[in-house]
Amino acid sequence: MDNLFQRSLEDLIKGFRLQLLGESSFISRALEEIRREVKATDLSTKSTALHKLSYLAAIHGVDMSWAAFHALEVVSSSRFHHKRIGYQAITQSFHDQTSVLLLITNQLRKDLNSVNEYEVSLALECLSRIGTRDLARDLSPEVFTLLGSSKSFVRKKATGVVLRVFDKYPDAVKVCFKRLVENLETSDPQILSAVVGVFCELASKDPTSCLPLAPEFFKILVDSRNNWVLIKLLKIFSKLASVEPRLGRKVAEPICEHMKRTVAKSLVFECVRTVVSSLSDHEAAVELAVAKIREFLVEDDPNLKYLGLHALSIAAPKHLWAVLENKEAVVKALSDEDPNVKLEALHLLMAMVTEDNVSEISRILMNYALKSDPLFCNEIIISVLSVCSRNAYEIIVDFDWYVSLLGEMARIPHCQRGEEIEHQLIDIGMRVRDARPQLVRVSWALLIDPALLGNMFLHPILSAASWVSGEYVEFSKNPYELVEALVQPRTDLLPPYIRAIYIHSVFKVLVFCLGSYFSAQESSSGSSSTVYESILNLVNVIEIGVWPLSGAYDVEVQERAKNVLGFIGMAKQDIAKNVNLQDNDAEACRVTAFMEDMFSEELGPISANAQEKVCVPDGLELEENLGDLEEICGKFLKPVESDSVSCTDKISFSVSKLRIRDQQEASSSSTSLPAKASSSLLAEHRKRHGMYYLTSEKNDPDSNGTPKDYPPANDLASEILLDPLDPKRKAKHRKSRPVVVKLDEGGESRITTSQAKTKQESVTDDESLSRAIQSALLVNKKGKEREKCEGNSNLVVQEEETSRIEKPQNSEKKKKKKKKKNGERTSGKHRSRRRSEVASSSEQVEIPDLLL
Amino acid sequence: MGIRFILMVNKQGQTRLAQYYEWLTLEERRALEGEIVRKCLARNDQQIRFELMFEFLCSYAGVLAGWLALNEQCSFVEHRNYKIVYRRYASLFFMVGVDDDENELAILEFIHLLVETMDKHFGNVCELDIMFHLEKAHFMLEEMVMNGCIVETSKANILSPIQLMDKAH
Repeated sequence: MDNLFQRSLEDLIKGFRLQLLGESSFISRALEEIRREVKATDLSTKSTALHKLSYLAAIHGVDMSWAAFHALEVVSSSRFHHKRIGYQAITQSFHDQTSVLLLITNQLRKDLNSVNEYEVSLALECLSRIGTRDLARDLSPEVFTLLGSSKSFVRKKATGVVLRVFDKYPDAVKVCFKRLVENLETSDPQILSAVVGVFCELASKDPTSCLPLAPEFFKILVDSRNNWVLIKLLKIFSKLASVEPRLGRKVAEPICEHMKRTVAKSLVFECVRTVVSSLSDHEAAVELAVAKIREFLVEDDPNLKYLGLHALSIAAPKHLWAVLENKEAVVKALSDEDPNVKLEALHLLMAMVTEDNVSEISRILMNYALKSDPLFCNEIIISVLSVCSRNAYEIIVDFDWYVSLLGEMARIPHCQRGEEIEHQLIDIGMRVRDARPQLVRVSWALLIDPALLGNMFLHPILSAASWVSGEYVEFSKNPYELVEALVQPRTDLLPPYIRAIYIHSVFKVLVFCLGSYFSAQESSSGSSSTVYESILNLVNVIEIGVWPLSGAYDVEVQERAKNVLGFIGMAKQDIAKNVNLQDNDAEACRVTAFMEDMFSEELGPISANAQEKVCVPDGLELEENLGDLEEICGKFLKPVESDSVSCTDKISFSVSKLRIRDQQEASSSSTSLPAKASSSLLAEHRKRHGMYYLTSEKNDPDSNGTPKDYPPANDLASEILLDPLDPKRKAKHRKSRPVVVKLDEGGESRITTSQAKTKQESVTDDESLSRAIQSALLVNKKGKEREKCEGNSNLVVQEEETSRIEKPQNSEKKKKKKKKKNGERTSGKHRSRRRSEVASSSEQVEIPDLLL
Repeated sequence: MGIRFILMVNKQGQTRLAQYYEWLTLEERRALEGEIVRKCLARNDQQIRFELMFEFLCSYAGVLAGWLALNEQCSFVEHRNYKIVYRRYASLFFMVGVDDDENELAILEFIHLLVETMDKHFGNVCELDIMFHLEKAHFMLEEMVMNGCIVETSKANILSPIQLMDKAH
């Protein structure tokens, strides 16, 4: 009775389509209906309900896992229609965690043994999609039987399932493999196609284990006319040939034959790919492949162009001549409409770059970058940057040209790679002395341009430019203009941290100018008025420009501005005409001299291994437990309270300083016990490990930026600097290439290539699978010599440990290794003998003689 | 393992058929479909004309004939660690997600084969046919692909069990 009023799937769909709004309420109403209907006892009602549910789950993403048990009930019906619906639901919704998975085994077994081949196929398909380890184990005997069935339809499907079964349960290999190999020799093309597919997958996972089957594959390669099969075979051979080079010789012939004869582009491409990746030592084959690639490249179809370029990029590492031959095609492809094609062409072009053509190629690429959309433009920029900076700028001979190229890149409208350019500008400044004048020139050009300040992507470049100008100010032609550029009002657009860099650079320029002024004054008896006026101008410009920033919101900017202004205030007195600089009151002069000294110390690159090179001084204990120190230092290391702080309570992180301060604090410790003893955990921790904490107080504000408080770091740095720099200076290039300071492993490439894709494979499963296959094959060979019906007392020559070693919990459930006769069921929970592990890897896989 | 999933999506982004050959949870599937569909639809917006001559392989009979597809754009998209090969037929996008080492042109042929098979069975197949006979489409796909590998490429062989079942029903 329910049936009459139950909506079928068609009604549901029609109803859904008529619904314009309120889709979710429609779905929930339908769901309620389904829940009611599915509990009915009548199987037809149940199955229709399940049918609707599957539809909703597939298309609208409704969860259907609650209906798992009902699906099972439907599947047990004898009507094929119901079975189909049930299996469909199961395939869609079951997964490893489904609780009723155990119940399905028997049902599957019944269906696998059924006479009706369509029921069998349903069951097989279901198994292939949801197969778990237990299912695979329990049903592998049935699968084995079906592999030998007389109906090719069934055999084909069984072959398809085999892969999943092997995957989940490697022991099944021993059972089923023989049949699989027999199927390889069949003349039925359907089954052949399926079997070759299975071997294709097996070969990708582990080529060595499939190597003994190479003769059979070879026969099929030569005979078959079916393109799909041929493509799969080529994949197999590509994997095998990379493992066994002698195979390549034999196989190259038929592959070339196919390449010449066939019309189908897909087969040609697969041949080309195989040749280029695995048979790259066979010159004749490679040349033919390259000729075919050229045909692809001139096609109009973007698919073919893309594939041609892709194949060329696979060939590029070993056969650069192929790429160079097709250079025009590649360059033309840069302007193609399709983004994939353009990207491949770009990568190919980058592979072609050498010392000689780097400027030419960069010129071409910059032109393209100006014309392209932002995405591709940035791709070009980043690839040029990465190639040129590889291995500490190995490729660049003319650094002046490269630096001006960097400046050009900054002016490309769509450029978004500011950080990389910034990094390279500074890097080159540190490593290449001779390029510094050009760097300063380029930076100056960038700094005076007010338009660039508005582009936020360029701010990193501007910060690098200003740093460079400040650091290497001695090379600049006109410090006055430089300073004007650095304090121009439009710099308000910059973020505060870059502003701070600007101010610091202004400071450096000021120190430089003042220093030279003072030294000029000292050497010559009187100063000319023009020099005096210019320096006064400079100081005034700076003062006017920086003064507004002394009230800036950002603390960094404010601090630096105040430093500069303070310094100016002090220096102004001494700039006056008639001051005698030998006077002791000429403070500014001395301070300036000191500043100059400080700024003249070069910052350079430090190798990542530099610390290791510093040998540990004798008597320095690095490994000792420092717990004992607490007794010594405990009295002096008190938790710091924010209010009761005094200057003498500085907690320093240097052990040497601690000894000095010990004496200081010993005198004042009695007076400086904190008023309230804090009992928080943090305080306790600080007490115990206080010496590892950084200084918690700010420095005195009138220290004027002189880094007196951190001499240890500087000392160490200068030590490290001197050591690796000298012995590692690169020899002068024949074209007077400037010296590039290159340290051992100092620079990893910052730009990671996007091509690193690796397949995730569970290693243990693959190992077990491959060992199983290997053993099965060897048994196969030996079994052909001996009789098949062998008692399993004497067993396989090669004893192995299966993956159970890695999964000890399954050690109880081992199956028998070998079947006695065909068709014997080996399921059950026999305890098998312990197998000793043999170094199966050392066993050479035999290669049949006909191939050698 | 060859093919990871097959999707049929219409122009508005609604999924009409989804077949996965590895288990993904519901949220993962939705997220995946959303991302891929967006990528492919965005690329195709730029197509102005859609004139085609097709190339196909008639593998079972051993006869090789050819039609060439003149798309404006490449039919391959890279997504995470696999490739998506897609093609648009009228209002429906057919997308197949494959491993990196799969032959793209062969997958394009496979898509075309699928469309032709459905065409033969339903007679001038359109999106509505797939919507109303979803399980038949699933069935066809299951005949062609098992475990992510293409096992059957002959239209006759694919359709015969389905036709039998329809007759018996």
